[in-house]
Amino acid sequence: MTTSHAAKTALGVLGPRNLELGPFTLGDTGQDAGAWQHWRMRTDEDGIVWLLFDRKDASTNTLSEETLAEMDAVLAKLEQDHPRGLVIRSAKRSGFIAGADIAQFRGVTETGPIEATLTRGHAVLDRLDRLPFPTVAVIHGYCLGGGLEVALACDRRIAIDDASFGFPEVLLGLHPGLDGTVRLTHRINPIQAMTMMLTGKTERARRAKSLGLVDAVTQERHVRNAVKAAVTGELKAAKPGWLVSLLNSSPARAILVPRMRRDASKKAPRKHYPAPHALIDLWMQHGGDADAMQKAEIPSFAKLLVTETAQNLVRVFFLRNTLKGLAGGRWNGGHIHVIGAGAMGGDIAAWCAWHGFTVSLADMKPEPLAGAIKRAAELYGKISHGDRRKVRDALDRLIPDLAGEGVASADLIIEAVPENLELKKKVYAGIEPKMKSGAILATNTSSIPLEQLRVGLARPERLVGVHFFNPVSRMQLVEIVSHDGVADDVLADARAFLGRIDRLPAPVKSAPGFLVNRALTPYLLEAMVMLDEGLKKETIDRAAEDFGMPMGPIELADQVGLDICLHVAEMRRGSLERPMPEPPQWLKDKVAKGELGRKTGKGLYDWKDGRAVKPSDAAVPPADTTDRLILPMLDVCVACLREGVVADEEIVDGAMIFATGFAPFRGGPLHYARARGMDDVRATLSRLATKYGPRFQPDPGWDNLK
Amino acid sequence: MQCGRPLLLRQPFAPDAFDQVILGCVNVIADEMNPARVAALRLGMGEAMTAFTVQINCGSGMQSIDTAYRTIREGVSDLILAGGAEALSHAPLVYSRSAVGWYGRLFGARTVGARLAAFASVRPSFFKPVIGLERGLTDPITDLNMGQTAELVSHLFHITRRQADEYAAESQQRLAAAQKNGHFKGEMEPAFARDGTLYDHDDGVRPDSTADSLAKLKPAFERPWGKVTPGNSSQITDGASWVILASEDAVQKHGLTPKAVIVDSEWSALDPSIMGLGPVYCSTALLKRHNLALGDIELWELNEAFAAQVLGCIAAWEDDEFCRDALGLDGAAGRIARDRLNVDGGAVGVGHPVGASGNRIVLHLVNAMKRLGHKRGIATECIGGGQGGAMLIEAI
Repeated sequence: MTTSHAAKTALGVLGPRNLELGPFTLGDTGQDAGAWQHWRMRTDEDGIVWLLFDRKDASTNTLSEETLAEMDAVLAKLEQDHPRGLVIRSAKRSGFIAGADIAQFRGVTETGPIEATLTRGHAVLDRLDRLPFPTVAVIHGYCLGGGLEVALACDRRIAIDDASFGFPEVLLGLHPGLDGTVRLTHRINPIQAMTMMLTGKTERARRAKSLGLVDAVTQERHVRNAVKAAVTGELKAAKPGWLVSLLNSSPARAILVPRMRRDASKKAPRKHYPAPHALIDLWMQHGGDADAMQKAEIPSFAKLLVTETAQNLVRVFFLRNTLKGLAGGRWNGGHIHVIGAGAMGGDIAAWCAWHGFTVSLADMKPEPLAGAIKRAAELYGKISHGDRRKVRDALDRLIPDLAGEGVASADLIIEAVPENLELKKKVYAGIEPKMKSGAILATNTSSIPLEQLRVGLARPERLVGVHFFNPVSRMQLVEIVSHDGVADDVLADARAFLGRIDRLPAPVKSAPGFLVNRALTPYLLEAMVMLDEGLKKETIDRAAEDFGMPMGPIELADQVGLDICLHVAEMRRGSLERPMPEPPQWLKDKVAKGELGRKTGKGLYDWKDGRAVKPSDAAVPPADTTDRLILPMLDVCVACLREGVVADEEIVDGAMIFATGFAPFRGGPLHYARARGMDDVRATLSRLATKYGPRFQPDPGWDNLK
Repeated sequence: MQCGRPLLLRQPFAPDAFDQVILGCVNVIADEMNPARVAALRLGMGEAMTAFTVQINCGSGMQSIDTAYRTIREGVSDLILAGGAEALSHAPLVYSRSAVGWYGRLFGARTVGARLAAFASVRPSFFKPVIGLERGLTDPITDLNMGQTAELVSHLFHITRRQADEYAAESQQRLAAAQKNGHFKGEMEPAFARDGTLYDHDDGVRPDSTADSLAKLKPAFERPWGKVTPGNSSQITDGASWVILASEDAVQKHGLTPKAVIVDSEWSALDPSIMGLGPVYCSTALLKRHNLALGDIELWELNEAFAAQVLGCIAAWEDDEFCRDALGLDGAAGRIARDRLNVDGGAVGVGHPVGASGNRIVLHLVNAMKRLGHKRGIATECIGGGQGGAMLIEAI
């Protein structure tokens, strides 16, 4: 026996075998029972046909016109062959079917063609539903949208325990369109079904079983036997109970619907988000009659798809993919060292540990470290879905480091100490000699130019800005801040690192405030000016919320912290040519008094249990209020483009949506400007400048955006 | 976890560079059989890390070092992580009602597996009604519990209650001074609980203890006339300790700076009813083998299971008859000066997590020798069941 160093672990070698494909083995190219692009079919020794969905040239299965048309041909053959049973499952590691191919929704302006496509799709799934022999979907990984509709058209559903199920269409301004609205409301409790479709929430395998969405939950090792049991009928189907029929009845719907409408309006006002309301209407009108509901689903879906909201949300989906693509490189780091266990540092460390990194979290004092561990444990409790092992492992990887020993073995160092140039430089001077040669030094600074921070570094090319937003676990965007001396591989690695912690990078240049905070500053300051003018704070917030912002500027200021707002405002006044309103004296007084907003329980609002105490009857804001708040934000975006702080409009729109929650249904600030009309926006800004002051003077960059 | 992570973090090599992990643990909890392997995996040492747990009661933490030392000497391994851990608060015991409350508070403050988390203490008076724990600390051959064996030793060497209390008070003061002067820096790591609680010092330290205040306590084991009280006994605590043992090759390969060399080790056994005298036997054997006198040892760490038992060991070496007839010496071995023994306090204040203590006293001996500029020291402990373990160490 000769020996050589083994390159892989045991499970590294054997793991790929853990996918039960019946008569197929993973990656085999043997003869199939048909020549299709995306589907493969063979019969096993029990006479059960295994149909594998393996979309060509893709790592993920999605449904498109083409894949559905092929499926139709497959089903036609099966009708003739009449096998003992049929198994449908995905040959992709990643999951069953991720849903429809969203690219085909992009830019749709007419309802006619989409209705025709949907009608054909319905026919395919109906054909599957009617097959005169047992059909079984075996589902691992995600099973979303169209994928779930395929699964629902089978007689039995067997879930692997990692499976998750959902109808996320509503997040794109749509509802299910391949008969999902009917099949789901008639398969499980329609209240649960409507909730799933209205929220877009995914359900895990065990919960799906208790909902009656699947008939069994098992592991790969038992799939062969489970399939056999399903085909012989030994595995009983989870039957929709009497409650399902009762709740679908017209009187029940009449009782349930008003409440659904109220909840939907609260979360998603109809004028901005029509989809949930369309879905409720659909069920209200046709819930008792499956055939009618199926017919009505098609025009309802088509009508939604051509709305501005749906098209903008589809745009947001692709903006996300664009930003994700920027994070697509390879970076092999395993150890991250975070310096500073304050709110940001601690939360960044916790997030990285959750995503599999070994994280040393350094602080001179043990108390902030203890606080960071506590917040991490609380966060993990919320995001773990009860998986205590995952929580334990993440906490094991999050290492309090009082002596700062982690620097020496770290691949990435994230500095998150207070915003003080001298302090940061002192920290760098202490750690740079200890860093590994390939390590990256990242700063989470939100306001200090990197050109100043790099002074004195032996290797300034290893310094990059990685600017997270608060709360780290909820804000998907991170600004990757470059400076003229940074190495390209450092930038690429920093972006790839974000990919590994499921965050989206927005590359920006080192300029005061970068993009996001700079754009938010006039939004917040204008609100302060309005307060001085005597407008009520809830009225100001209402103006922004009606526009579609997730939170008005006053509430946001409290959320961010009034001290930070003041700091940014004062810094920005000094460093930019644009005239800015002076931060009002009462703001300074409030900060001096320690009324800083949410974190102290009192700021502009009183805060209770993490929520602002607001009267619900805000007055209708006067004209100009919304424009005064929103348009300067657009103007800063334009200025950033002109100055080259950001490379293109897509990154601007993506960054503003994923960092600030800028009304997603509007497709981003610049998309909104284009939709509204550039000339109109600029003219309005000029008018506001005449009326309220030069701070509204439109940026010359608008000329470049024709 | 809590003490292993900082130790591994400051090494110039990756955690998977070790050859194996050996952990001493007395009361292995049902959730985590072979805690050595659990610790290795949770410390990120890699799936290929072999690990086993050793048990010789209170000597377990030293046994792990000894096994590692012998394995390296044999040339089988180059780099071993050897530790000791105990989480008596996690032991599945029959609790009294009041102890259940205490246990609940402790358990809530810890991860299920954080048996390595340190610093939760309870006094013997507290564990009196705790049937299971008491059984574990009772010798099955003689049916004496550990406190009773200390009573017997103190009786045989005429140790008075006052002497025991004076020793205990001084131990507390030494520990408090050592903590204040930062003598545990780099040795004692704070533990962070997931609820945000910070355990940054041993809460059994009572620097205000005096012989007079300790004199007020009632005997814990043999009322009404016993001498062993909660105040002059070690405390039952949770705790853990790790040391790294490396061959010369490993030292060179990773560029390590060795702190000390293990010269030799010895285990001895005697009647379980006087187990507290174990250190006298094994230490004497070491001294004989190396032609050393008691006075050649510059520093001693003699685990403070009970103050009376430590004093009993000292008295034994001063006892002409005992040294001649029981130890085979020519006469009394001599006197261990108090300033050479347990200079920074011991288990009376810091607590006695039974599986961890043997490991901790070796580590502390090394650090204390380096601080005081001493060359040669012995760490030794008595072991329930009638044994003793000792390690002869030279500082570098």
